Amino acid sequence: MANAFCRRDFVKLSGISAVGLGAASILSACGGSGSSSSDTIKVGLMGPYSGDVAQYGLAVRKGAELYVKQLNADGGLDGKKIELDTQDEKGDATEAVNVYNKMVEGGVVGIIGDVTSTPSIAVAQVAAGDNMPLVSAAATAADFVSFGPNAFRACITDPYQGKLMADFAASQGFKTVATIYNSGGDYEKGVNDAFVARCKEIGLSVATEQGYQSGDVDFKGQLTSIIAVKPDAVLSPNYYQEDGQIVTQARQLGYTGAFLGADGWSNIVGGDQEYASAEDLEGCFYDCSFVIENESEDVQKFVKAFQDEYGEAPTNFCALGYDAAMVLLGGIKTALSKGVDLSSDDGRQAIVDGIAQGSVDGVTGTIKYDGSGDPVKPTLVITFEGGSQKVFDEVGA
Amino acid sequence: MTFLTQVLNGLQLGSIYALVALGYTMVYGIILLLNFAHGDIIMVGAYISWIVMAQMGFHPAIAILLSVVGCTLLGVMIDKVAYAPLRNAPRLSILITAIGVSYFLENGAQLVFGADAKVVPPYFDASPLSFGSVQLSPIALLTIAVTVVSTAILTFLVQKTKLGKAMRAVSEDMGAARLMGINVNTTISFTFAVGSALAGIGAVLYAMAYTQATPTMGIMLGTKAFVAAVLGGIGSIPGAVIGGLLVGFAEVFVSAIGLSVWKDAVVFLLLIIVLIVRPTGILGRTMNEKV
Repeated sequence: MANAFCRRDFVKLSGISAVGLGAASILSACGGSGSSSSDTIKVGLMGPYSGDVAQYGLAVRKGAELYVKQLNADGGLDGKKIELDTQDEKGDATEAVNVYNKMVEGGVVGIIGDVTSTPSIAVAQVAAGDNMPLVSAAATAADFVSFGPNAFRACITDPYQGKLMADFAASQGFKTVATIYNSGGDYEKGVNDAFVARCKEIGLSVATEQGYQSGDVDFKGQLTSIIAVKPDAVLSPNYYQEDGQIVTQARQLGYTGAFLGADGWSNIVGGDQEYASAEDLEGCFYDCSFVIENESEDVQKFVKAFQDEYGEAPTNFCALGYDAAMVLLGGIKTALSKGVDLSSDDGRQAIVDGIAQGSVDGVTGTIKYDGSGDPVKPTLVITFEGGSQKVFDEVGA
Repeated sequence: MTFLTQVLNGLQLGSIYALVALGYTMVYGIILLLNFAHGDIIMVGAYISWIVMAQMGFHPAIAILLSVVGCTLLGVMIDKVAYAPLRNAPRLSILITAIGVSYFLENGAQLVFGADAKVVPPYFDASPLSFGSVQLSPIALLTIAVTVVSTAILTFLVQKTKLGKAMRAVSEDMGAARLMGINVNTTISFTFAVGSALAGIGAVLYAMAYTQATPTMGIMLGTKAFVAAVLGGIGSIPGAVIGGLLVGFAEVFVSAIGLSVWKDAVVFLLLIIVLIVRPTGILGRTMNEKV
């Protein structure tokens, strides 16, 4: 179940050690700044490129590198080329703080990272002290943006998705809903709890909430209980392998209604495996930031550029990596226009302000920050028709 | 109606556990070995189905045949390569070897197929059958039927055939059986073949119901089936079936009353209680009539 561990978790073990290392990093940061040469701007790119969660780090990296390559091909920023300082943190919080310190010593003016939630939190704790601009592609944990105004993310959060799907369920005229989720998973539980809370606020009846444990493959007991309460729709905010099982088993038991999901559904079809059949998925909905089936011109341009570069289709994480790079470099561009020295304290503040007040047209939608590190951006609701995914609706920020 | 569906869910899950538990119980009955690789043989069977149908595009019937044959050969091969050389070694050595084989198969599968789940295509159209307001899953009905038939054939094989007689003899006293002219090695190989063929059938039924093959799928399945075999009385064929059904029902009914996260705890608690009250299991008798 490598996927069950993904991006959102990895316990918060490292908080304490991270604080200790943080003090060291502030000292070292004072000594070694300003090594960017005048014709390049050095930007950090960190993520797990080996280890259990490498797939996410590598996907984000491909997206971010593509954006930087395109920007440099267009002449860079103010005639200066962007130089990426790319370092592997192996999905480990302590390692991530080490990497952060090395990057600061190397003179980066901002960092694209981290990727998974726990190392991201560790880095954010340290970076807050330096006011180092941080833009994460995929850290969905609420805490990531809580340490200082310097941390931003390109992705939407778990509670936001739960609330969004509850509102969506109401807009579809569903009256009674049920949920089935991995009660031991931070991500699954985060989405589920926000969904249920929002349903209560807007008067949707949640007939039953069924939990399961990581590693379970038989959901028929829970699904039979769900079918017995005759819901109009069932929320399954889990990762795609389990979502596929749940949908398939529910259909075998004769459930014909809709399923609702969150962005963990992103790979349920379209990769090399189809985790549920086209008929079974017909009329289900989930929310996410990016699908290659989105016919918008920007998305198709990005998909083509990505395919030309890497010979494969981009995933959700690639798109978020691309946008995270765009957000950070957008902030740097604004700072440059004010003529400050980027490696000074004023420079960092100017970049942070640039990000906070700016707005960029990313491939996952127009991204703005409304006084916090959480993005204000549109979210796609995807549905399945005849075996392929289709954008059903775009929910405004 | 919901109750009926839950009973059917319990029967289906229990049937799969029963088939796997039969494999455990057969091997234990004859050489007193807990074959921990048994769950992983099922994993290999599920991957064979995936390769044959999804990769090579052959008919599901061929996939079923090759899964069962593949598991049978694998089981016999494991016995020949890993267990046979240790026939006279202490029981602990062979137990540890079984754990080693289990790790070998799991990590081998991860190396070859990757850690991601592979989706086994449907063997046949599994849309639910409607009887008035009652919806029944054909896969559940098939699973139960196959288990009943397999158990009947197995019982006949052990009780009525010459090979079965040899198996019972070896299980009672290996030395005496050898003196009576029974080829002990052939008999043991045959036991592994039968147990693994049941694992192959279990693999197909599992892949029908749960549609995914992962390198680690055999671990929990094997553990639960082992619990089922011990519950029923390890070494006893009807015991394995009763144990399997009991575990299946326990899981489904714990889920049905909304305590699904306690499912595994209840199964293992059941095991502890039975072992305290009746250490040999429900149908287990000390020393006589194993296999």
